[in-house]
Amino acid sequence: MARVLLFGPLRDLAGWREQAVDGVTSLSALRERLAADDAELGAALARAGVQVAVDQALVRGDCALAPAAEVAFLPPMSGG
Amino acid sequence: MIRLVDQPFDPGALLTAFTAERRETGAVATFTGLARAEAGQAQILELEAYPGFTEGQIGLIADEARTRFALHDLTVVHRVGRISPGEAIVFVATAASHRRAAFEACDFLMDYLKSRAPFWKKEHGPGGTRWIEPTAQDHADRERWGR
Repeated sequence: MARVLLFGPLRDLAGWREQAVDGVTSLSALRERLAADDAELGAALARAGVQVAVDQALVRGDCALAPAAEVAFLPPMSGG
Repeated sequence: MIRLVDQPFDPGALLTAFTAERRETGAVATFTGLARAEAGQAQILELEAYPGFTEGQIGLIADEARTRFALHDLTVVHRVGRISPGEAIVFVATAASHRRAAFEACDFLMDYLKSRAPFWKKEHGPGGTRWIEPTAQDHADRERWGR
């Protein structure tokens, strides 16, 4: 079960901060699942400038997800 | 030390602790950033971080600063959560043998923190809320360091 975290404007758009998603073994499958539930969110997650961290490490492109992976979608960072 | 805090902090106390028991450090430089009221437009500033990840990313830049400026030590304390005008948002302190390195390292760290650190910032004003992104000036400031 992947733990999905949203930050900043993505959280406002989705209306949630954290969600458990069952039965996805790759980042691309997770993206498809989230887009199937909420097309607008799916498009926002795919936008340039949105970075992804899996277990707190930035990843590029697709990757496999361990059963208890923590996947964070990070919109452009604003600095402090 | 890199720390995120969700309560107001006392920059003076942090400086006192940072300067204590140093025998080889000739220079300590600090920067304290405060939340501005923007003439009533910013009633509350809300800062969100990704706990663990945010400290880790700041830590990478801190390591770079240590090497680049031969620092003896540094501290970054950053507020998260809801911040009122006049409250401190960020405190950076750097310790080096001589002043130039301490000043420059402090400047370098702040340019990174203001433009690229993993925070998301929302301003609550009389007309509602808005997400804030770094300004062109913030990016230009960071680029001075070749980053």
